[in-house]
Amino acid sequence: MTVQQHVPKQNSPKENKYDPNESKYAKSASEFRANVSRDLSNDELKSNFRGAMDYLMDKRKVALSNEDELETLREQCKLIKQRCLLKLPTLLEQLEQNLEANGIRVHWAETITQANEIITTLIQDKNGKTVVKGKSMVSEETSLNDYLEDRDIECLESDMGEYIVQLAHEHPSHIIMPAIHQNKKQVADLFADKIEGFKHTTDVDALIGEGRRVLREKFCHADVGITGVNFAVAETGTLCLVENEGNGRMCTTVPDLHIAITGIEKVVEFLDDVPPLLSLLTRSATGQIISTYFNMISSPRKNGEKDGPKEVHLVLLDNGRSQAFADEEMRQTLQCIRCGACMNHCPVYTRIGGHAYGTVYPGPIGKIVSPHMLGLEATNSLPTASSLCGACGEVCPVKIPIPKLLLRLRSESNKPANTDGHKQIMKGEGSGRKKVEASIWFVWQLMHKHAFIYNSSMWFATRLRKLMPAKIGVWTSVRSAPKLAPKTLHERVKAHQAQTKKQQS
Amino acid sequence: MTALNTQHLRYYPEKPKQVYLYGTCLADTLYPDSGIDAITLLEQQGIEVIFPQGQTCCGQPAYNSGYQDEAKAVALAQVAQFSLDIPIVIISGSCGGMMRHHYPELLKDEPNIQAFCDRIFEFTEFLIKVLKIKLTDQGKPEKVALHTSCAARREMGVHITGKNLIEQLEHVELITHKYESECCGFGGTFAVKHGDISAAMVKDKTANLLDADVVRYISADWGCMTNIDGALEFQKKSLRGEHIASYLLKRTQNKASQSEGTEK
Repeated sequence: MTVQQHVPKQNSPKENKYDPNESKYAKSASEFRANVSRDLSNDELKSNFRGAMDYLMDKRKVALSNEDELETLREQCKLIKQRCLLKLPTLLEQLEQNLEANGIRVHWAETITQANEIITTLIQDKNGKTVVKGKSMVSEETSLNDYLEDRDIECLESDMGEYIVQLAHEHPSHIIMPAIHQNKKQVADLFADKIEGFKHTTDVDALIGEGRRVLREKFCHADVGITGVNFAVAETGTLCLVENEGNGRMCTTVPDLHIAITGIEKVVEFLDDVPPLLSLLTRSATGQIISTYFNMISSPRKNGEKDGPKEVHLVLLDNGRSQAFADEEMRQTLQCIRCGACMNHCPVYTRIGGHAYGTVYPGPIGKIVSPHMLGLEATNSLPTASSLCGACGEVCPVKIPIPKLLLRLRSESNKPANTDGHKQIMKGEGSGRKKVEASIWFVWQLMHKHAFIYNSSMWFATRLRKLMPAKIGVWTSVRSAPKLAPKTLHERVKAHQAQTKKQQS
Repeated sequence: MTALNTQHLRYYPEKPKQVYLYGTCLADTLYPDSGIDAITLLEQQGIEVIFPQGQTCCGQPAYNSGYQDEAKAVALAQVAQFSLDIPIVIISGSCGGMMRHHYPELLKDEPNIQAFCDRIFEFTEFLIKVLKIKLTDQGKPEKVALHTSCAARREMGVHITGKNLIEQLEHVELITHKYESECCGFGGTFAVKHGDISAAMVKDKTANLLDADVVRYISADWGCMTNIDGALEFQKKSLRGEHIASYLLKRTQNKASQSEGTEK
């Protein structure tokens, strides 16, 4: 299945000009190692993340304190998402039919550029000049703000975190809390710098109040509202939007034109599928029993209704998701409901922060989803940047086996050159293979496959232990080198057994 | 573990007469004392321990680095060493996780591979669940911390058995250190490929262990301990880890009867 099959003629691009590198994130992801060195040495950043992640972990723990309930819900949610993915092509068709029947227009985009073009055309057709945006990670994927700005369309982020990030000319460092990398003092400095007439304060309520004042003004005059979607219900043709600030409600009710954008994996089959997913989403993400707002959008404004947009559109984006979908194991990547619990619990994310990844989606989920969006060549440092501790998989509300998928991606990245002409599974497969590393593992397996070679090598190594170098590369930059034992366990066991025999006789 | 989380539920056999010991490559070359101590402890329980001389490494280093074929070749060579239908006791949670949870897929073409994997027991799991061991503490009062490897905790689900064993020691106070369940930053080739991230993680782990104000920390995984001890030594701190097999043997032995475990 590819989304291409569903793309109606009028939306089809002239030709498929998809290039994974068209995303600006391909470059920043390929600079992962440099980003890590930069951010690891930033103590303020580290303390912002540690503090925030500790807080979120505690909140989740309290909200999901009944472990039996948690396990039941996780299993249920996993099965819901797996069922919906199994039926994905059919459900997408059904979703389109029911949305169109409700008066919501559906557009298909295979690439980020197609998505941006569709949205721009919709805005320009209405002579739209100003956009307010609810939080949408998929629009970050397409770098929609930059795209619209280049075409003289003003696009203002209305989620408080996104607003802060936009003011600072940054991108989100966390999928739920985009500005979590900044503390209140940094936000106060930013506001003082960027908002005219702002009186410097580090009082959080005052800061939020100030942001709201600016945003409220914009809501009233915006031509277009753009939002994401958390669940798109095929059965009823309903778009569900989870949010806390009411900005999503404003974006979807005040402007005359509402454009929603989401990934194809957000479709669920039944309305009944939503409550368990919602319950686990908010509790996993922020420890909330439910979000402050839960919007269900099922049509544009009807005759006699006093508010709501005159037109509602949905843009469904592929951007590499079909590639993940095509492989049974990697399809599990698409189960994600974007709660962010994996990053909250990740010891790597907590230390390097969200920007170091260089991708739209940071943290463990980012490591397994970004290779499909940006290709393995740009992202092959991501899957290896994990100790495979398993904390992400343990908290994932839909039981995505993230560590296992990281292993799979490592293996795809190391694949030998495609000499037998097999069907390529991933863009950039084999691009991480290094000759030296491959030869090391070849020799390693020869040695460990044959106990005779292993035992004699180790016999010699232990005898020559004094010659072991005290420095072994990066390992000894913060650690002393381990010391070989005088005799191996193999030898010691022989001696032990001989002694036991002697004692018995 | 909860009633509904069946991931780590398993069937435990009756106490066997014989077991295999899987020594692991790290204990083999760096820390053989812990292997001998594990054998001694098992023998004290009246069990004959068989140590196949053909064993080398479980294959995890290559497997975790994305070299599946190489891992498979080595894994197959291990399986061939353990043909008797008796438990295989492993003195490491991460090697245990590899052989119990990753072999079924890695070696899925092998007949009866699941039966092999079902015979894998992590050392502390085996002592508590199969032997139902009762320890008599002979040592002086002291405070220790416990570091459980991520594989033991999340793949094997046996973090509780290590704790149960330490708790049986009457004069030992188990101190919970901050961020106890967080990874120490080892992760095999991760520590080399992303040395700076790994360094940041082990720096925090050592700081938290030092904060706990204990005389030693106990662990059942030499991977983590090589990492943590290496960092502690580098920082010129005196705190060190001790493998749980050596610690239990030492605590339950009268000074006079100590023999094998002290050979260096």
